[in-house]
Amino acid sequence: MSNFIEKNLDDDGVDRRGFLKCMAWAGTGTLCVLQGGVLKSFALSDVLQQKVGNMTGDLSFVQISDSHIGFNKAANPDVTATLREAIAKVNALPTPPSFVLHTGDLTQLSKPEEFDTLAESLKSLKTDRIFYVPGEHDVLNDNGEMFHERFGQGTQGDGWYSFDQKGAHFIGLVNVLNLKAGGLGSLGNDQLEWLEKDVSKLKSSTPIVLFAHIPLWAVYPEWGWGTDDSEQALSYLRRFGSVTVLNGHIHQTMQKVEGNITFHTACSTAFPQPAPGKADSPGPMTVPAEKLRDVLGITDVNFIRGKHTLGITDSSLA
Amino acid sequence: MKTKKTMWILAMTAIAAVGFILMVGTQRGQAAGPGDNATNQVEVKIDNFSFGPMTLTVAAGTTVTWTNNDDVPHTVVSEDKTTFKSKALDTGDHFSYTFTKPGTYPYFCSVHPKMTAEVVVQ
Repeated sequence: MSNFIEKNLDDDGVDRRGFLKCMAWAGTGTLCVLQGGVLKSFALSDVLQQKVGNMTGDLSFVQISDSHIGFNKAANPDVTATLREAIAKVNALPTPPSFVLHTGDLTQLSKPEEFDTLAESLKSLKTDRIFYVPGEHDVLNDNGEMFHERFGQGTQGDGWYSFDQKGAHFIGLVNVLNLKAGGLGSLGNDQLEWLEKDVSKLKSSTPIVLFAHIPLWAVYPEWGWGTDDSEQALSYLRRFGSVTVLNGHIHQTMQKVEGNITFHTACSTAFPQPAPGKADSPGPMTVPAEKLRDVLGITDVNFIRGKHTLGITDSSLA
Repeated sequence: MKTKKTMWILAMTAIAAVGFILMVGTQRGQAAGPGDNATNQVEVKIDNFSFGPMTLTVAAGTTVTWTNNDDVPHTVVSEDKTTFKSKALDTGDHFSYTFTKPGTYPYFCSVHPKMTAEVVVQ
């Protein structure tokens, strides 16, 4: 992220990113100067020392999802190619993300060679670390053992975990195991207990980012787009001032705000799925080849210290 | 001369009888195999994230074969998760199970648990 307003998207001539960036500095002493229509921010200390350093104190990361390596049907015969395009898109961001979250369905059929291709492709991501949660396609036949071995080292229980970055608390949950007939995604009692304990020690002012594969809100239960016990999980988080929930699974972006909780789903890097109820089933949707990249994409998330909500930007591969 | 002819007829009859018995035996053997007898072999199709038919009634001893016609993998798992359980079925894959005891067998797709159906065995 540059220290300059780069795009004037609104009538007021100030773009959101640049504005938030200026605001981020406010707490530590910022000088925002409007020069020739360009809003420029300087930290006061740097102004005093007559230098302008890189931004610190904020954080940007990227979410990618639903790569489905191994899928080769009409909706996208080359999902490895579109994953590479998504990686190129991430690598072209003005500020390299601190880390990348992959919110599941790395593979189509949980095959070792599919996991290999995914891991090999993601090596070219310009970022420090990649965090994963499994999708239902990653835990076929072995209850997620292979996924866990390769991508879930050091996690708790069936693969859940949390970590802290720049004052924000990140929680990766698993809601694709031990699913019950007729049900939706499921977290299970062990994970819920762990979650309650994990957040109990945090101050309510700590920004929370929760990520899991299947949406943790009822997007469209008729198609299984929801999680049976997500309400229980969210009840532990309602006291926090800023909660961001990031999911995949539905291969399209969707957002909902409920009190202090912002829910967001990401695009797939492989193929789109229909809008809720707009087709006979939620299966892969075939669009004209030239339109495919319009409906695939990545999600760029910016956390500005002191701001209530995270800045979430979806961009297509087109 | 007459005795010789009688012997010949008897011999031919015996050969025919053995042949007939063999034929019947072969038919019985095939009846237990796949695709030969409609009453013992039934298909369930998986299309658009659903099992068809959703309720299937069969006689005890029937082998049911599921075929996945979707672009996504599905499974066929009994509700108790132990009676029968397929591996993930990719497009075009099959899974078969022979129901020997009468009863109602609810099952689902463990990947997409909203997909439920049942087999009623009489």
